[in-house]
Amino acid sequence: MTISPREYDFQAARLRLEQKPKSSGEKLTTLDDAVARVSDGDHIAFGGCLFSRTPLALVRQLLRRRPKSLTISRNLMCYEGEWCMVAGAVDKVVTSWMGIGLPWGLSKIVREYVESGRVPMEEWSHLALGLRYRAAAMGVSFLPSLTMLGSGLMDVGGSKTIDCPYTGEKLLAVPALFPDVAMLHVHRADRFGNCQIDGYPHMDADIAKAAATVLVTAEEIVSEEEIRLHPDRTVIPGFIVDALVHVPYGSYPHECYGLYDAEPDHFSGYVEGITQRGAPSVQEYLERYVYGPATHAEYLALFGEAALADASRRGRELVT
Amino acid sequence: MSVPANSVTVNELLAVMGSRELKDNTTVFTGVGTPMMASGLAQRMHAPRLTMVIEGGIVGPRWKPGSLPISTNEMRAAYRAQMLPGITDAFLLAQRGFLDVGFIGGAQIDRYGNLNTTAIGGSYDRPKVRLPGSGGANDIISLCRAVIILTAHEKRRFSETVDFITSPGWLEGRDSRRKRGLLFGGVSRVVTTLGIFGFDAESRRMRLEALHAGVTVEDVRTNTGFEVQVSDTLTTTKPPSEEELGILRMLDPARQFL
Repeated sequence: MTISPREYDFQAARLRLEQKPKSSGEKLTTLDDAVARVSDGDHIAFGGCLFSRTPLALVRQLLRRRPKSLTISRNLMCYEGEWCMVAGAVDKVVTSWMGIGLPWGLSKIVREYVESGRVPMEEWSHLALGLRYRAAAMGVSFLPSLTMLGSGLMDVGGSKTIDCPYTGEKLLAVPALFPDVAMLHVHRADRFGNCQIDGYPHMDADIAKAAATVLVTAEEIVSEEEIRLHPDRTVIPGFIVDALVHVPYGSYPHECYGLYDAEPDHFSGYVEGITQRGAPSVQEYLERYVYGPATHAEYLALFGEAALADASRRGRELVT
Repeated sequence: MSVPANSVTVNELLAVMGSRELKDNTTVFTGVGTPMMASGLAQRMHAPRLTMVIEGGIVGPRWKPGSLPISTNEMRAAYRAQMLPGITDAFLLAQRGFLDVGFIGGAQIDRYGNLNTTAIGGSYDRPKVRLPGSGGANDIISLCRAVIILTAHEKRRFSETVDFITSPGWLEGRDSRRKRGLLFGGVSRVVTTLGIFGFDAESRRMRLEALHAGVTVEDVRTNTGFEVQVSDTLTTTKPPSEEELGILRMLDPARQFL
């Protein structure tokens, strides 16, 4: 397995950006209009990390359109990657780690799909994947690093080394990753797409700058004045963003720092279903939580107001 | 407390032995589970100025007892942190040389401390068992000044060869690690449920340096898939104290990680 030159072609990526309008105008739209910008075969990078600030509302809306042949990448891939596998939407998963977390053990879906060769999993070290997005965010084809050298991971993506032109030392040349689409969930934005994130930033800002098309959901849409009062907190400028959707609880049942906590019991129920019935259980889950609810409000209603309020209470407690 | 103080669990033993390896006024790249317990214990025993850096992009958290994180990328892991620099930048602190010690584990480990968390059997493309992957383990072992491996000691884990090198220890020994461009760090200790290993300074092969109380060299040999080298100055570790166990159980009263 080696990566496609398209992933690190910085000149093509720059041309694509130069041909794109960089509007500071209105970005607010609907979830469906946002994900309509995704084409079959695209590489989509998801923001957040594991079950933190996952753009789940965008992922669900995307899957409702029954996409095909996507490549998806994320630093630590959680069960949104399993959904994409079982939905038949992906040809490749790029990540450093995939599962839900320590208490839930090995992912049976990953085992089924990767061991059979149905969906290849391209593994990088966590930093290397971060530097792939950062190299792209910087507009260059690679970044030098001291990680991953000497490991089996070098061969997975066909990584190369360079001899440092100054010291002569051998360095890993981490290839850039320019995704077609970035899907991100943030705390707040104004209607022009200027985005602010609270708590850990994960890799979202790099991914936004690396991608050709940037789709964002925000917990809160604030006034232009609010952003201008705290511009130091803006991590993604509006002219980068193509579509913005107001989606409170847009990561739920994953967490959103300071706003709501994750729902480990929900994850356990999901995994328990897979343990008992395998991949068909994920298909049932998709019917219930992804294909079934016509709107985000209908989706949230499956959990109920009490659960949402409790997650919010727990989330706020963890930052006070 | 349902568990009497004299009955020590596997994870308690590893956490206590791991904590004793950490020094005050240093930094540690730590994960959830046993490494987190070891780091939290060290801070409360002998290393109050130990700073934890967490994979989720978190510097200097003070985890809340009874509310410990299950992932390195969740709010509990960031509780009362001093800085949230982001994931890439947290690892770059390690690349710059700011991280004295890193903790990792693995499904398979060989005599040179190479670890596999990627795939067992078959090929990379068609493995017999697909494991979750490196996450930050490869970065931690590549970039920290020293690395401590905390693991249960089982024959299937301590293997003649690893099926895939996810995280490079001393590779094929001697100067092979440096030759591949890994200029810094390396695995320094392997803390297991049977004892503590170091690495020979020349050959870079794993060497038994201490046994836990009641364990024999024969026990270690029986549970190791490669030839066990034993230090001339083999010692016995001091069992976990009441104080150490008390702190661990205060940190994790529900015994989620103990």
